[in-house]
Amino acid sequence: MSVDQNTVRHIARLARIAVREDELEVLANELNGILAWVEQLGEVPTDGIEPMTGAVEMSMKMRDDVVTTGNLQEQVTANAPGSDDGFFVVPKVVE
Amino acid sequence: MSDLTRLTLAGARDALRKKETSAVELTQAYLQEMEAAASLNAYVLTTPEKALNMAKASDAKRARGAEGALEGLPLGIKDLFCTEGVRTTACSHILDGFVPPYESHVTANLWRDGAVMLGKLNNDEFAMGSSNETSYYGPVINPWRREGDVTPLVPGGSSGGSSAAVAAHLCLAATATDTGGSIRQPAAFTGTVGIKPTYGRCSRWGIVAFASSLDQAGPITRDVRDAAIMLRSMAGHDENDATSVDRPVPDYELALGQSLKGLSVGIPKEYRVEGMSAEIDALWDRGIEWLKAAGAVIKEVSLPNTKYALPTYYIVAPAECSSNLARYDGVRYGLRIEGKDITDMYEKTRAAGFGAEVRRRVLMGTYVLSAGYYDAYYLKAQKVRSMIAHDFARAFADVDVLLTPTAPSAAFGIGENTDDPLAMYLNDVFTVTVNLAGLPGISVPAGLSSQGLPLGLQLIGRTFDEETLFKAAYAIEEAAGFTARPSAWWKA
Amino acid sequence: MTVIMRDRTPRPEDLIKGLTGDWEVILGLEVHAQVTSNAKLFSGASTEFGAEPNTQVSLVDAALPGMLPVINRYCVEQAVRTGLGLQAQVNLRSVFDRKNYFYPDLPQGYQISQFKHPIVGEGEVVIDLPGGRSEIVGIERLHLEQDAGKSLHDQHPSMSYVDLNRSGVALMEIVSRPDMRSSDEAKAYVTKLRTILRYLGTCDGNMDEGSLRADVNVSVRRVGEPLGTRCEIKNVNSIRFIGQAIEYEARRQIEIIEEGGSIRQETRLFDPKTGETRSMRSKEEAHDYRYFPDPDLLPLAFSRAWVEEIAASLPELPDAKKARLMADYGLSAYDASVLIGESARADYFEEVAKGRDAKLASNWVTGELFGALNREGHSIEQSPVSAKQLGELIDLLADETISGRIAKQVFESMYKTGRDAAKIVEEDGLRQVTDLGAIEAAIDVVLAANPDKVEQTKVKPALAAWFVGQVMKSTSGKANPQVVNQILARKLGLSSED
Repeated sequence: MSVDQNTVRHIARLARIAVREDELEVLANELNGILAWVEQLGEVPTDGIEPMTGAVEMSMKMRDDVVTTGNLQEQVTANAPGSDDGFFVVPKVVE
Repeated sequence: MSDLTRLTLAGARDALRKKETSAVELTQAYLQEMEAAASLNAYVLTTPEKALNMAKASDAKRARGAEGALEGLPLGIKDLFCTEGVRTTACSHILDGFVPPYESHVTANLWRDGAVMLGKLNNDEFAMGSSNETSYYGPVINPWRREGDVTPLVPGGSSGGSSAAVAAHLCLAATATDTGGSIRQPAAFTGTVGIKPTYGRCSRWGIVAFASSLDQAGPITRDVRDAAIMLRSMAGHDENDATSVDRPVPDYELALGQSLKGLSVGIPKEYRVEGMSAEIDALWDRGIEWLKAAGAVIKEVSLPNTKYALPTYYIVAPAECSSNLARYDGVRYGLRIEGKDITDMYEKTRAAGFGAEVRRRVLMGTYVLSAGYYDAYYLKAQKVRSMIAHDFARAFADVDVLLTPTAPSAAFGIGENTDDPLAMYLNDVFTVTVNLAGLPGISVPAGLSSQGLPLGLQLIGRTFDEETLFKAAYAIEEAAGFTARPSAWWKA
Repeated sequence: MTVIMRDRTPRPEDLIKGLTGDWEVILGLEVHAQVTSNAKLFSGASTEFGAEPNTQVSLVDAALPGMLPVINRYCVEQAVRTGLGLQAQVNLRSVFDRKNYFYPDLPQGYQISQFKHPIVGEGEVVIDLPGGRSEIVGIERLHLEQDAGKSLHDQHPSMSYVDLNRSGVALMEIVSRPDMRSSDEAKAYVTKLRTILRYLGTCDGNMDEGSLRADVNVSVRRVGEPLGTRCEIKNVNSIRFIGQAIEYEARRQIEIIEEGGSIRQETRLFDPKTGETRSMRSKEEAHDYRYFPDPDLLPLAFSRAWVEEIAASLPELPDAKKARLMADYGLSAYDASVLIGESARADYFEEVAKGRDAKLASNWVTGELFGALNREGHSIEQSPVSAKQLGELIDLLADETISGRIAKQVFESMYKTGRDAAKIVEEDGLRQVTDLGAIEAAIDVVLAANPDKVEQTKVKPALAAWFVGQVMKSTSGKANPQVVNQILARKLGLSSED
């Protein structure tokens, strides 16, 4: 499987990273290079093998239903490029 | 003054205990060295005022008799660790000016134990790289140079600032992170010791996430003892990290000097890769002899899926990072480039904020997870990953520890490998397997290349058996007698 | 994807008449229910409604660098409890996946949800429809996921304001099979689901505050044909709107097809002001969520023993309660249905009915009491008349101390003042008059005053009712009506019995 410029444009949109038209070809080549290399996994017989999603073998610890934090309006908005009256402010979402 | 900086971490610990020096004196000595070494670009931010305040407080604490395990010891912190009130950027433009209102669990442990923060160390952007050349703040220059050559060399990556600072004595030790080799490979490139502990040994809370199922924090130090001391403080369960393991942390120093009699060491035959440099091959053989001489039994083992580890890694890590980096969107912190609407803002901000390698991996990760490709790439890679982990499990039924080279070459020149991403990825060929399987791995300096550059050997252990790693690494360190040091050419 | 749904012969009254024939509407609902818990699903921030912006946001909720999720055990328990209440299969092992997309109220750039391995599998809900009809709606699955924050688009002409208080609150997404065939069935489904959740205490079902919202999937087809393309109407937050939205959308689709067009699969919004659905432009590009297991979380696993512990603690559920009320109290299906709408209301009834005539109790509770509660906008917990008090009123009626009509008067007064029935009867002198002599005297007065009517009644016996009315008036309603009738009949020579 290889990617063409249209695919790169589509992926860039999914990833919300602006890519200039003149960058598409280089990016497609780079990605294709990597994809061609990782393709070799196709030769590994994996029928019946369970995928390994994590490196830890244990059951997940859970927390108690207690409110332990809050009232951090200042801290969570302190680094915001746009904020007003406690809200985060961003350019409008086109609905 | 610079005599003080020659002390190892254990040595300085002793000196402080014997009141031969003070935390303030020690810190001042390091601050001076840092200033003189600015050209190495190891630090992206120095915190001299904070360091001296912490040192003063430490001396007062010691006077009260309340010393911690790292009392008064000045350390460098990789800029991937969020440090409260101190700018943290992951060496990316997209985190410009970000000042965390919280401290990472690992660094909080260090301050709990009395250590002093000298500053934030350079790294590859978002920990993506093997040479520290993708940092927004520019490359780090390896304090080591080829004999008779002034070509600036890379210190390895992604923890290049950490490895360079430790090698150039700009801190007693440094924190680092390892996702595919980012502690061990830079350690090998700079003649330092670096250990990536078992996945879950250290908490990931407050460390800028790259690939969640692979990332682990660990120290880079001058010698094995220092690494044992550092890891003991860094490690430990954190209830805020669901992947952090609740197991007591042993006193790793106790493992040093223990006899290797009866220790069985595996040599994975698949690690003798085609085209491997002869001197690294020879170093590996020397390592085998050292361990044998120390009483270990050597066996050949097979890890048949080794060659698939790098491609597996370059599917899994980008996939996870494409999702982990989605939060860098200009909304709540960091860089924002204004746009005509939210989508425009996202796209412009992330295009301007991410460097080329990061962008490449985010796109790659987005692609392999996208509709129609998930099974062929991501799911397949996770299955191969299982098989790689099983290879190790089978080997460890037979042996206690594995010995391999750390990196396929010595440090290379800045700019030498930046044209081809794939060439750069091959630097991790011996190290990624360990992250994929979640095992602990340590790199120890073992010799010099024909050009006088450090070469490292890697030991890989069973899960949560860092003690065996330290024991064996100590033996190699003793046998190797690696005393070479870079000349401080940057002070000229 | 094969769609499994209950096969049912369509009822003629459910079919929609188009220009070219009859159409069947197929409905499936995805209901998002906010879990009743103190803290959020993966963080320790509070879930309370209505706080100042970004004050109930933890560092994890704000998706700051290096933050990690840790799951709230109680939210897991609530999901298990709900699964049991839906007669569903509880999966001892499930996985959390990341659903990746960009939106300013989704700070992580992904929502932690469950995709391939949800915590709860197949179940069913019995829905109660008019005329005592009931149907079974299949449940496909229930999974846990994070809620998003809120974006306000009307605070500023070119900027949106984002509040993350709600971001990370635990949601249960309950997916039904496409088993519903009319807006009534869909409304009955949501009503029943809401009742079950409230009985279990796992969600407060408060649609005004957004604790319960529904995405409605609508498609149409001619009877017997394969399924049509469906459209999803998102975030409908009242049962009434669900009905309206379905009615509009079904007709919209039928019109398009009959005019020769085809339905485009899309996401739509219901506008309560116009009663219409409209397309959501931004959702038109197909979302590729790139689901993958969240590497910050391990698989969720718990023991069967824990599930059984939770099962043992379940309250009596609506269907079981309804069956028991019908069996133990001889109530009709309709009456029982009304009573089980809220478990507190059923409890109230049972207290009133204890040791009394169940039908009488049911009439008074569902008629007078519920009527007053609805009129005044009171919940059963706010009722000024306690179950004990209502019971006492019924006793006074049953032993004929007061008449039915007087009882209604007394009840009104009880509701207004909170006084006991007996007190009101005494203080207001409302005792029923059963003294035969007094009643006979009153009757004689009326008869004497209306000789012409007496003659007419002898011819048309039904006119006796007028006399009853007059006697009741002259005794201020306190005469025992049966006695009045008896004596009157005798005096007018009407009754066959003496």
